[in-house]
Amino acid sequence: MRTGWNVAEVIGVTQETPTARTLRLRLPGLAGHRAGQHVDVRLSAPDGYTAVRSYSVASAWPGDELDLTVEELSDGEVSPYLVHQVAVGDRLEVRGPVGGWFVWDPADPSPVQLIAGGSGVVPLMAMLRAHATADPRSPGAAAPFRLLYSVRSPAAVYYRAELDALARSPLVDVTLVYTREAPPGSRRPPGRLEAPALAASTLTPAENPAVFVCGATAFVETVADWLIEAGHSASRIKTERYGGTGTSPGTRP
Amino acid sequence: MGIVSPGFFGRRRRDDPALPPGQYLTESFPVLSAGPTPRIGPDEWEFTITTETGQVHRWSWDEFLALPQEDVTEDIHCVTSWSKLGTTWRGVSLDTLFESVESDCEFTMAHSYGGYTTNVPLEDLLGGKAWIAHEFDGAALEPEHGGPARLLVPHLYFWKSAKWVRGLELLRQDEPGFWESNGYHMYGDPWREERYW
Amino acid sequence: MTGDLDRYDYLDGNAAAGPLSEIFAIDVLSARGRCAACGRTDAMATARLLPHSHGLLLRCPGCSAILLRLVDTGHSVCLDLHGLSFLELRRQQNGSQPNPPQPT
Repeated sequence: MRTGWNVAEVIGVTQETPTARTLRLRLPGLAGHRAGQHVDVRLSAPDGYTAVRSYSVASAWPGDELDLTVEELSDGEVSPYLVHQVAVGDRLEVRGPVGGWFVWDPADPSPVQLIAGGSGVVPLMAMLRAHATADPRSPGAAAPFRLLYSVRSPAAVYYRAELDALARSPLVDVTLVYTREAPPGSRRPPGRLEAPALAASTLTPAENPAVFVCGATAFVETVADWLIEAGHSASRIKTERYGGTGTSPGTRP
Repeated sequence: MGIVSPGFFGRRRRDDPALPPGQYLTESFPVLSAGPTPRIGPDEWEFTITTETGQVHRWSWDEFLALPQEDVTEDIHCVTSWSKLGTTWRGVSLDTLFESVESDCEFTMAHSYGGYTTNVPLEDLLGGKAWIAHEFDGAALEPEHGGPARLLVPHLYFWKSAKWVRGLELLRQDEPGFWESNGYHMYGDPWREERYW
Repeated sequence: MTGDLDRYDYLDGNAAAGPLSEIFAIDVLSARGRCAACGRTDAMATARLLPHSHGLLLRCPGCSAILLRLVDTGHSVCLDLHGLSFLELRRQQNGSQPNPPQPT
């Protein structure tokens, strides 16, 4: 792991949705990272003012490149800059990737249940990608993976084509729950995720899955409570809260 | 020294002569908190001043509101670099609360509901420089901003203006409070940038 | 006298991994810590991080006592661990290297 602040170069930008963009960074000296980790990004104004925010890594490949997908927060200070202003060739200060807790370990043979609320899908996507490209000899490569992705509308879905492709694997199952607007012909009308729907579309406690939940703090709190009520062990549930609506994740003063 | 992000200026306004060094102007009122927000009803609220002899001066909510009230307009400066100019408060001057208090001490520790503490020299609380405020901007002080009542010592960094204040303890010697015991300055003058040790 | 917990005003301790990575050689958030106040013992990553504070504060999810307090003064880093009575730091095991093996 690289410590302290390092300079990354933006080598690609991709619009994921009208409000989210993926930045591909090159961080010289980086040799891969663990799926689920995040980085801290520091922006500095000409007068020395700085702002630091945390962003999950979406990619999971070896080498010195990584993808961050950033959702623009309407009252954000850093995210509008990253979503609208940063261009290929710009340099950003980055600390990490860091975090050894909210990570998927290819050595763990357990089935995996991923539960995302909105932009909380980012670190879970890294886990899906790591699983898809894992060394076939690693115990986790044969583990079943399920993603339950709660999202506002079809237009707000990240990584749409890739999720469809990943779901063709017999090991991978992807369920989308639309909260405000469902695609035409959808069997389920749009609405908030509820406990019965959660139980019906996730691995059961009997399968003893490793569960990763990521999203806004209120979403994570609610889902974690439902999982425990349904019989999942609290020790099997790992959470990553992004903060309240409109609050930037992982800020420092 | 970090690299500069072209076109990034952050959420703040340009410098102003009313701003101490290193401060930025904000229109909002950021909420910083070291812990859960205590919810204290008027029935259970009280404010005390405890002297070095153990004598306790005590005010209930009703007694506190019956004291002479002052309306003040002050600039406030948070050590995390935001400043807010011309904020309006209503409350009781510490001069009023200390009228009946006999003490030889020069230092105080403010104690809050929830356990927060911060140290302030007594002379910084007297002489029309500090209040126990219960209204902000014409309305009852919200719990997030320290309601029912908070200490207001606007000439020091705002962490000295203890939210949810419940009492002042008079001390013979200066002692560090919650943040002062872990890196923050004992006095905290924004004009001298006394942020940290 | 801790009052109501504002359930949505905090993050997971894991979000503090960046600043803590500059101080600890290993990921201290994966370590198990025991709350000196209530005795609850769990991964430090499950602690509650208050993101809008004057310093980095990790509180016990059980009793909300402070487990870890960190202030970066610029010229020094002040770390208060008196809320922890025990910390178990696990050695790196095979198969959980910081960097995944390259796919072949």
